[in-house]
Order: sequence, then structure tokens, then C-alpha cells
Amino acid sequence: MSADRIMERLPPRPGEWLDRDREIAFAFEGRCHNGFAGDTIASALAADGVSLLSRSFKYRRPRGALTMAGQDANTLVQLPGEPNTLADMRGIEPGMAAFGQNYDGSLEADRGRWVEWLGRFMPVGFYYKAFYKPFGAWRRWEPFIRRKAGLGVIDTEALHAYHDKAYGFCDVAVIGGGPAGLAAAAQAAEAGAEVLLIEEGARLGGSLTYARFDPEGARASREAEALIGAVEGADRIEVMTEAVCNGWFADHFLPVIRGNRLYKIRAKQVVVATGSMEQPIVFRGNDTPGVMMGSAAQRLIRRHAVRPGRRAVVATANGDGYGVALDLIDSEVAVLAVLDLREDPPACPRSDALRARGVPVLAGHTPWEAWAGPDHRLAGLQVAGITGQGTARPGERILCDLLCVSVGYTPAAHIACHAGAMLRYDPALGMLALAECPDGIHPAGSAAGAFDLDAAIAQGRLAGWNAARTAGFEGAAEPPAPGDLGAEQVSHPWPIFPHPKGKDFVDFDEDLQVKDIRNAVAEGYEDIELLKRFSTAGMGPSQGRHTAANLARLAAEAAGRDLAEMGATTVRPPYTAESFGILAGRGFEPERRSAMHHRHIEADAQMMLAGLWQRPAFYGSERDREECIEAEAMAVRTGVGLIDVSTLGGLEIRGPDAAEFLNRMYTFAYAKQAVGRARYVLMCGPSGAVIDDGVACRFHDNHFYVTATTGGVEGVYRQMLWFNAQWRLDVDVTNVTAAYAGVNIAGPSSRAVLAPLCPDLDLSAEAFPYMGVRVGTVAGIPARLLRVGFVGELGYEIHVPASYGEALWDALMDAGEAAGILPFGVEAQRLLRLEKGHIIIGQDTDGETTPQEADMVWALARKKPFYVGERALRIQAARPLKRKLIGFAMASPRDAAPAESHLVIRDGTITGRVTSAAFSPILGKVIGLAYVAPAQAEPGTRFTIRSHGGRMALAEVVSLPHYDPDNARQEG
Amino acid sequence: MKLMPCPLNGPRNITEFACAGEVKVMPDPAKASDGDWGGYVFLRENAAGVVREWWCHTPTAFWFIAERNTLTDEILRTYPASELFKDRVEFAARDEDGT
Repeated sequence: MSADRIMERLPPRPGEWLDRDREIAFAFEGRCHNGFAGDTIASALAADGVSLLSRSFKYRRPRGALTMAGQDANTLVQLPGEPNTLADMRGIEPGMAAFGQNYDGSLEADRGRWVEWLGRFMPVGFYYKAFYKPFGAWRRWEPFIRRKAGLGVIDTEALHAYHDKAYGFCDVAVIGGGPAGLAAAAQAAEAGAEVLLIEEGARLGGSLTYARFDPEGARASREAEALIGAVEGADRIEVMTEAVCNGWFADHFLPVIRGNRLYKIRAKQVVVATGSMEQPIVFRGNDTPGVMMGSAAQRLIRRHAVRPGRRAVVATANGDGYGVALDLIDSEVAVLAVLDLREDPPACPRSDALRARGVPVLAGHTPWEAWAGPDHRLAGLQVAGITGQGTARPGERILCDLLCVSVGYTPAAHIACHAGAMLRYDPALGMLALAECPDGIHPAGSAAGAFDLDAAIAQGRLAGWNAARTAGFEGAAEPPAPGDLGAEQVSHPWPIFPHPKGKDFVDFDEDLQVKDIRNAVAEGYEDIELLKRFSTAGMGPSQGRHTAANLARLAAEAAGRDLAEMGATTVRPPYTAESFGILAGRGFEPERRSAMHHRHIEADAQMMLAGLWQRPAFYGSERDREECIEAEAMAVRTGVGLIDVSTLGGLEIRGPDAAEFLNRMYTFAYAKQAVGRARYVLMCGPSGAVIDDGVACRFHDNHFYVTATTGGVEGVYRQMLWFNAQWRLDVDVTNVTAAYAGVNIAGPSSRAVLAPLCPDLDLSAEAFPYMGVRVGTVAGIPARLLRVGFVGELGYEIHVPASYGEALWDALMDAGEAAGILPFGVEAQRLLRLEKGHIIIGQDTDGETTPQEADMVWALARKKPFYVGERALRIQAARPLKRKLIGFAMASPRDAAPAESHLVIRDGTITGRVTSAAFSPILGKVIGLAYVAPAQAEPGTRFTIRSHGGRMALAEVVSLPHYDPDNARQEG
Repeated sequence: MKLMPCPLNGPRNITEFACAGEVKVMPDPAKASDGDWGGYVFLRENAAGVVREWWCHTPTAFWFIAERNTLTDEILRTYPASELFKDRVEFAARDEDGT
């Protein structure tokens, strides 16, 4: 098969990007091809004479390379597990298997081509009009349209790739490594700034690596050598190649993608030297493979040593097109004619050189129609003499396989536009130009209208100097201002020649023709943004890079409006497509572990997440879940259990105003709390809703140690500091959560287990009563001991410096061995506290729960001048209660425990919901907490819960606590 | 990503901060009507222009005040809360039947 292939590879040439020693075999459409390291998929295929790369998204038209710069959707190909890959940017790899996109059967003989025939019945806005009536029709059409339209295919079985993120900082970020960017980077570094130079291509140089600036074609490499040499010799320049700056975000935050890594760069100043994008001519068949930008042909020749065709025509409206023609001739391509769209082209050194080589130049001519041969490649052109704006008289036909187009540019000013700059049509230049660049953004080079090479370099130097100076590096002398920018002679004001038979594409991504744009305007979509959305012009993968200027021209003409006022559509990030992997890869999700974490793992704990903390849910295998939880709970009720409570929040409140501060932050009264005692704390927000609880331990007149919930402590700490920023009380608040490890040893045997470890403390009920706090040692470890009863048994919370956590755990487990001590987890604790009717903030309360609703009026001090939420609670108290949190038991012993948020239903309406429910082994029934209507809140009242599967289950209100109603066990 | 110039920690990514809304004067809870208090808790000026806002650098829990133009999202000035709240605040004793 390969023998009859035309080989288009040119002999080795200086400056080419290929490593001819490394041949790489890959496959396209199931056929084997060879290329060299440094080839892209598209360039290697072009070298093998393959120009058909994919098909268009809507009409399935054959498409080939257009820009060779990753700026068009023509070259989107499918790789295994990776759709929509830019074939003109992605380097070939050994064994790579690529396919075209948007076809059925084979790329060369697509069975879906009939869609184009249907095109005449699919006017602009077709989707909006056709598929939404009658109501519901879209649902039937959508699967078909999605199947026909979907670009590449996502492989849901694809292997996970590794993506990550990195961070970087610089004084000046220079985006674009062409002549202006190189000059800017060198200048900024010379001034003393740390510079990051970001280049999309594999090598530095930009247009210097492909364009021809002089008749001899010698200047580019000379300038490149000097500019790149200066950058590589500088100390303060970091160069990133094959890196795409994909956007600009506030305060110069730049996402830069290189391979599978997303760099988040913070710059002080940004130089935008991103160049410009060559623009197409709109004419019939302008999407035929073989019609490409002049710069695309030059990229193929100079970077990849590929002859882009055999018989070429060049259509131009500037000096660059003559440079293209000279490059083609030097690559042994027959240049049959140069069509210059200008009526009277001014002489320039490159056009003089071309004429000297005997190439016919047809002034005032344009391509009028292109057609393809059986291989879908360009076979010939009809040219036409231009008679007016957009009109021409068809003339001779030329048989050719390559048409290079070089008739104008649009600034690649995305990054500047993200920052707030605008693209406006400049009638004097006949092109879109950058306007209103915001502070901190320094445009340079052809992005800023400097098309002359000397001017681009000078403008780059000035931009680099300005950026460095603004970033605080003022040493260097100001470089001279650029001379004539050369922007007047590069863009033709009207490269649009509508054909009576259409297929004159304005937007290649979306297959939009001239008539589509005109029809959309005729329907009233005159505003450029509305026109874009209705016609979908510029909404494809290339985001209007080759559409924006011609769209504005056509819209202004059709609407009879001034082109300068038409503007261009808003440019938003991202600049190029970014994969989900880049966005999702390796997020920073820290997890917190207590000091006893490894002991839990050794004890086969099933861990669960509580906020950021890892906590044991229960100990044992998932299979025995219920049995394990029950055994742990029974150990606490009948013997002794040990739970890790290190995750509880801890706050130190110190200072002369400590008690006054607590009085204001919490609902209870603390001024008269005795040293050595703990007191419940309940915090409300300014609206009166319950937001946290815990206990306050007074260790000194001026010192409280306050606990807070695991998930709430950060917010509580922040609230405390916020209020005291206003109150200015003499108090110091410190969050010591991470500084302490803690356990709760609970159960009737807890005192007996603990006492031998505490020689310096009297643990007797008289000396250390319920709600007492002590400072002492436990197994020689300095500790704070709190006699509190969350689980409703005799128990001690022991808080020690975090570094002693594991030692404390070991000492207590050893001491309790004879008494049958069991570690217990969060699940058993939840059951135990439910038996006691203790609420968990956030589970049994929501964002609106008031102390009245939660039956906690007992925790509200009545005589304090102020506490947070007090004024709102007074308003609430004067109003009828809406709901009440009550304890309940299921009426039938056969009823399963309802789940959280199962609804309480009365007479068909919702009156409340379950917040906690579980089977209590010690009580032998299902108990729970639920919100009910106030009228349902009396103990003994029966109500229905819509339980699992919608079954209505009967429950009865019971008074709390469910277990040990007079609290004899915990207070004993 | 935007930078916030924290008076304590210098310029940091805005994701390190929490905004707690406009700086408002708390009405005297002993004298304010129910309506005034409800407005203080729930209503915001939401002004278009320069506003004074509470901001907190969350890793250090440092509260400060920022003057920000809500039309341009420009942060004009940041300073410690003590510049605005200079004196200790006291609350008058409540009537016995206040609850």
C-alpha cells in the first residue's frame, strides 16, 4: 500500500523541528504511517500525502489542515480514550492509533454524507425552530441529533491518567515566544524582573520559525538566533514551551497547561505577545482540503520539512503572501499564479523577487470556486476578477492541489480580552484591532498591531520594559519607541465572495455559509452577540478565530450598520479546550487524624469522615456492623468503654473579661460559675437559631476551657473573634483543638479503672462530682478531666496534649482489660446519647432551630444584659411555636427504625420529620427524635411517620430521656 | 483569582478569605423595635459603589475591614477592625421582665 504513496518529505533543512534519527510508526484510520520525532499527526500525514484528516461537524464535509497552529477544528481527531485531539499540535508517538471524526463507515466514504443534501432544508436557527414543536418533540429528536453531531467519542473505559497541579510566581509573565515576546522577556529580565516566558509551540521563535520576512528568506533565522540567544543567556527567565496560557483571571492569575499538569501562575504584570491569526477568504469550496493559510504551508515547510502540495496558487492581499509563494518555489512546488485581491498592489521587496522569478500575478483577482478530486483533495480553482465589495466576475480555471491564503489577520488577543480589553473593527486597517487594554496588560507584536518585524521587536522591548518598571524594576533605560507598525498593508477589508450556489463558509466548525448569516440578520438578530447565539457562528471548538472578522463584516452589511460600531463577540476563557482531568486532577483534600488513629486501625475500626476528621464508626468487620455497635453500647451501659473524642473542638478563653465574654457569646450565665466546675454552653446566631454547644470548664477566674462540636469549632472560633473585634473586651481566644487529644472513659466501671492511674486525684463522687473539672495526671500524663455525661453513664472526659494521646489510650486500655473495656465508636455513641435524649447540633437541629423548639429554654439565662441571639429569641418567644423536637418510640416492636428525614404526616400534610432513630438494645425498642407540630408534642400522643417504602408507621411521643430518666447513673 | 491585601498577612488568594457582609451598627437591643432588629439581622443595603465590608482571613481567623467598589470589584483599602471599633462596648442591664 505504501509504495504508491506520494512522499512529500523535503530534504533536511536548517531550523526544521525534526529529529531524523528517530523514526516513529503510527496509524491513522487503520493504516500505518511513518514520521519523525518532532512531527505532529497532521505533518506526518501530510508528508505521506494524506490531506483528509476529519469531517465537519454538521455536513460531514471532508476537511484537512487549515492553520497548522491548533487554531481550527478541521484537524480534530480521535485517539483511543481521547476525543477531539488537535492533529496539527499533537506530536506522534510510537504505536499511536488515530482516527478521523464525524463519519460513519470510513473517513473517505462516509455513509452520513446525505446530511449535506439535507442542508437545504436546514436553515439557520433550524434546531430552535424545528425540534421544539410540538411540545415534547425535542425528547424524540435529541438522541438522533446527538448521535449525528457529537464530535469525538468518549471512552468511558479509558485508563485513568495522572493529572496534577503546580503553582508559580513571577514578576512578569510573557505570553508568546515570538519576536515580540522574546524581546520583551529579555528586556524585562535585564531590568531585574523574574520572567516567565510561556510558548505554545515546541520551540521558541514564533513567526521566526516559519515566516519569510525578506526576499532571501535569511532574516528570520538570524533574528531568531539573536533573540533566543539573549533569552537563553539571561539568568532571570524561565522558559516553558508546549505550554498554553489558557486564560487570564483577576490580579494576573494565569492557568498554564503543559501536558497533564495545570500550572497556576501569579504574575505581577503580563506581556501579551500572542501574535495574530491568519484569516480565510470566504468563497465556494473554501473548506476543501488543500486550501490552507499561507502560514500553515510555511509551518509545514520550515518546521516539518513537508511539501504542502505540487501545484499551487497563492491568494494574497499583503507582502506575506509573496513570501509564501517564494517559500513554495524554494520547496519545488510549482506556483501557477498569485491572486492579489488588491486592485493595485504596492511593490515590496518580496513581490519584486517573486515577479523576477516569472510567476504571474493577477491583481484584483480572487479564488471564486474550489473543487475537489475523488481523493477529496483540491483539484482545481476558478478565479474571478473583483468588480466591487464582495462581487467578482468568474474567469479562468486553474488545475492545482494547493491554495495558500494570506489576506489578513485577526489579533490573537484572547488573554488581553479576558482581562478586559476589546476587539474593535478598525476601518483604517481593515481588521479587528485591540482596544482598551487594562492596566497591567502590555500587548506587543502583531497581537498589538505591530506586523513589521522591526516594529514588533521594538514594541516587545518597550512592553517588557514597561512591565518590569510597573512591577517595581526601574533600573533600565527606556528603549526607543517602535517605528511604523506596518498594520495598514496586511488585511484586506472584504475577503468575502458569496457564491450563488453557496458552500461559501464563514464558519468551518459549524458549516455556516454566507446566506446563513444574512438570514439570521434578516430575522432580526442584528446584535453581534445575538447573531452568534442564533447562528452558532463562533461557537465551535475554534471559538470564532476565523469567523469573528467576517461575521462582523457580513452582519454590518446585512444590517446596514457601521462596521466600526459592530464590535466583536466577547472573548472568554478558556483559550483552548481543556480536559476534565486537568481541572479535576489531584485536588488538595486534607484529612485529619487523631493521635490515636493507628490504634483504631490496629483494632479493625471502620473509619468514617466527620468534617475533615477520620473517626472510628465502630470496631469490627462491616459484616457484623449491628452486633459490633450493640456490643460496644452494652459495654458502656454495663461495664466500661473508651471513645476517642480528640476531634471535639477546644477553645481557651483567657483574660479579665473571660466570663463576661462567655456571657455574651453563650445563652447560659457564666459570671458566677465556680472554678473547678463545668457548665453547658449553647450558642445561638444573631437570628436566634442554635448553632453549637459544648461545655465551659472554669480553671481560674480568668480562664475557661470551652469545648465545641467537631464540625462547628472553626465557625465558633471565627464568630467569637468577630464579635470581640467589635466589643473590644479584654480577653484572648485561642483555638486549641489540634493541641489536645481526648478520650471519654464511660460506664459503671470507669471510676474503678481510672482511679489507679490518678494517684494525685480523688475520684470519689464527693470529691469529684458530676460536672466537676480537675487538672491532674493520668498514668503520669498531664491531663484535664471533665466529669460530663454525654452517653448517660458515670464517665470522665480526659484531655491531654496531643502528643500523649496514644500513650493515654494505651494506658486506659491496659488498665481496663480486666474490667472488659471495649473501645467504642461514633455509632455506639450516637445510640447512647439518643437513649439519653441528648441532641446533636446539625443532626437534630437545622439552620432555623430555636432553643424553644429544641426544648432548651432551660439553657437561656433570663437576667443577662445581652447574649447573641437574645433579642431575636424574645421576638420568637412572643410568637406561637411552629414545631417542637420530641422523643418518640415506635408503637409496634416489629417496626424498623425510620431513617433520618422520614416525614411526620398528619391528615395528609407534613408536620415534621425524624432527625434520629435507632433500635435501643437496652430498652428493647426503636426510639428516636423528631420534629412534630406543637399540638402533637404531649407525651402519649400518637403520630404517623411515612417510613421505608412509603409505609405509614405509628409512633408515640415519650418524655426524655428515654433511658435513666432521673440521671442517677451519670451523676452517681 | 483575586488577591486580597490582608492587613496582617499581606496579599493572599481570595479563597483564603470569608466575607461577612457590610459593616453595620448593631442597634441597642434594649431599645430596638422587633422590626429594627429583624432588619439588622436579615436586610442588606447591597449598595452599588464603595462599601465597607467585614472580611476574615480564615487560616489565621483575622478579621479586618475592606473598602470595596461593588461595581468594579476593586478593593480600595483594608485595615484592622480596631480602626473603626476603638472602644469597649457595654450593654445596659435588661428589665427583669424582658423575657
